[in-house]
Amino acid sequence: MIVRISGEGQYRLADEALARVNELDNAVVEAAQAGDEARFQATFGDLLALVRSQGEELPEDDLSTSDVILPPPDTTVEEAAGTFTGEGLIPD
Amino acid sequence: MAGLGGRMSTVIKAKVSKILDRAEDPAETLDYSYQKQLESLQNVKKGIADVVTAKKRLQMQSSKLEDSVVKLDTQARQALAQGNEELARTALERKNVAQTELQSLDSQISELEAQQQRLTDSEKQLRAKIEAFRTKKEVIKAQYSAAEAQVRISEAATGVGEQMADVGLAMQRAVDKTEDMKARADAVSELEAAGTFEDLTQLGTGEDDIDRQLRELSSKSAVDDDLAKLKAEIGQGTAAPNQLGAGESAVDGTAEEAEAPAGAEEAK
Repeated sequence: MIVRISGEGQYRLADEALARVNELDNAVVEAAQAGDEARFQATFGDLLALVRSQGEELPEDDLSTSDVILPPPDTTVEEAAGTFTGEGLIPD
Repeated sequence: MAGLGGRMSTVIKAKVSKILDRAEDPAETLDYSYQKQLESLQNVKKGIADVVTAKKRLQMQSSKLEDSVVKLDTQARQALAQGNEELARTALERKNVAQTELQSLDSQISELEAQQQRLTDSEKQLRAKIEAFRTKKEVIKAQYSAAEAQVRISEAATGVGEQMADVGLAMQRAVDKTEDMKARADAVSELEAAGTFEDLTQLGTGEDDIDRQLRELSSKSAVDDDLAKLKAEIGQGTAAPNQLGAGESAVDGTAEEAEAPAGAEEAK
């Protein structure tokens, strides 16, 4: 599985890591929807740390497509919440 | 994955399809994709230049404000030395506003610096991917049938397309931040235009009584300064009531340093 951290790079993760990634991702979503900045930063930080530590960074000239794309590390809770309403992070 | 990553992936992929779903035959896809990639790279370079320009602008504002803080501090000391507490308070109040603005500007400059670094990294990544794509398309052209080429080109182009979309997002964020900071810099300019951070002695038209008094004091202080320095040079007299008058030379600075320890001993 290939995960991109937006604005940073791509990482190849073993499929076994997927469950943990999903778990953390759900926690991030909960925090974002609750508008809980502290919890969002903590869980999102954990998610990024997991990808970086478990993943193998792909070289810059790799042309693989990502299976999952995570928002940029400096995403705010407002931006994250906005991605669910179609606003915020990515303007359409 | 239905969470944040899923939502993000869906949007990015939609963008990639929009970039790529134009051409039908492989050769056209190649040319079109490659051309799009080069355009995208140019945009990134332009985006970086914009951020650098915005940063320089804030840095200029910041150094002006630093000057103002020093000036206003000097004015406050001068006023206090003359026993005019009201004037000193006015100068200190303005200094305070300038300092608050300065802190805010400095943190925004660091933020722009981080944006610039991120964009520079993104540009490097994108350039590497475009170069890889260029190499790959030559191989694909030479080795595969039209049908196979279409599939493989799509794969490679999607990889670069994803990077392009991602860099586009980073640029958008940087531009948004830059806009915010431009507005901020404009606000500081307005304060400056209003004379808030100006040298209180240098105000032209529209100066109030306090300004005028302070200006008079300042020039008077300069004379007192000169006198005090002269006394110090001759080796007698006490330290000047204030040592931050205009028109100091390097020699003046040395004289002040020399007299400091003597003053400290007197205090004991």
